[in-house]
Amino acid sequence: MSFLTDRKRANGLGSSKSGTAHHWQMMIGSTALILLVPLFVYVFGSAIGLGYDDAIAHFAKPFNAIITGLTITVGMIHFRHGVQIMLEDYVHGHTRTYLIAGAACLSYGLIAVALFALARIAL
Amino acid sequence: MAEFRLPKNSRMVTGKTWPKPEGATNVRKFQIYRWNEEDGKNPQVDTYFVDLDTCGPMVLDALIKIKTDIDPTLAFRRSCREGICGSCAMNIDGINTLACIYGMDEIKGDVKIYPLPHMPVVRDLIPDLTHFYAQHASIMPWLETKTNRPAKEWKQSIADRKKLDGLYECVMCASCSTSCPSYWWNGDKYLGPAALLHAYRWIIDSRDEATGERLDELDDPFKLYRCHTIMNCAKTCPKGLNPAKAIAEIKQLLVERAA
Repeated sequence: MSFLTDRKRANGLGSSKSGTAHHWQMMIGSTALILLVPLFVYVFGSAIGLGYDDAIAHFAKPFNAIITGLTITVGMIHFRHGVQIMLEDYVHGHTRTYLIAGAACLSYGLIAVALFALARIAL
Repeated sequence: MAEFRLPKNSRMVTGKTWPKPEGATNVRKFQIYRWNEEDGKNPQVDTYFVDLDTCGPMVLDALIKIKTDIDPTLAFRRSCREGICGSCAMNIDGINTLACIYGMDEIKGDVKIYPLPHMPVVRDLIPDLTHFYAQHASIMPWLETKTNRPAKEWKQSIADRKKLDGLYECVMCASCSTSCPSYWWNGDKYLGPAALLHAYRWIIDSRDEATGERLDELDDPFKLYRCHTIMNCAKTCPKGLNPAKAIAEIKQLLVERAA
């Protein structure tokens, strides 16, 4: 039996003083993606139907490579923040911590793979 | 993880059907949630028939009539009967609202009444609001000042006083918080729309001198940022307030301070 007062239970561990940075990053990410996604759709759409060599040449162009790299980077960072919000909503306890860490590894891993591939194509 | 079914002992069963009033021609059917911890049974939905010719127009009038004339064991909170005290908040026809200002003519078909959702039930239509009130207390719902108390009063301009409109009217009925999915899933940590609306009421008060401390306390992924602007709070508020807007204003102030 716990003899915690109602007020102590409501206060919990107090404020972590950290939520605003996450919220702000989500706002910045969303705004950036509003610009990047249409550009990426244009870049990616232009490559549809091209042969292997032409597609490689298409993504080797500086503008196309930069837009693709930025979209994947910003998109995956935004994904990581979004997944964290979802996990905080629905998953509790240590499972939440592990899944948030897993989502971060997946996101940064995909960014690394994508940027490496782009570098090999473009440089 | 989230639970998608009620625990076995919380699943509702069909309850008692009370007889129709004799000789009544204008009868309305009421289905009301009943649960009493002492009898050890599952919650049940009892059916009552109310003669509208001898009853007031509001849902609370019908509840009082049921308690007075049909079933004195029915338990619910009520006090002012005019939307000021917030006691009679319950889920009527799928909407969290105040029974005293919700007219029966607004409901089509049978009147279905349940306690406020996702709160522990004390009995019948009475939810346990202990944690809800403790969360309200945690946001320090009072004027915090550091300047010496003035001889007469803390002055406030008309424009600054206007900023409190749409905030001070909240009667803490808990309709908004208990309609919020984020509060359902994380009510232990998330302060919920009602407490946050009150927090903003004191943050924006020109006389209060603890604005920074108040914002510090709210800068937390769970206390504040569980709000995803679902807007159930604004939709259900029986006083027509907009807690979601107040929460957005708090977020904006925090961003202004940080960025």
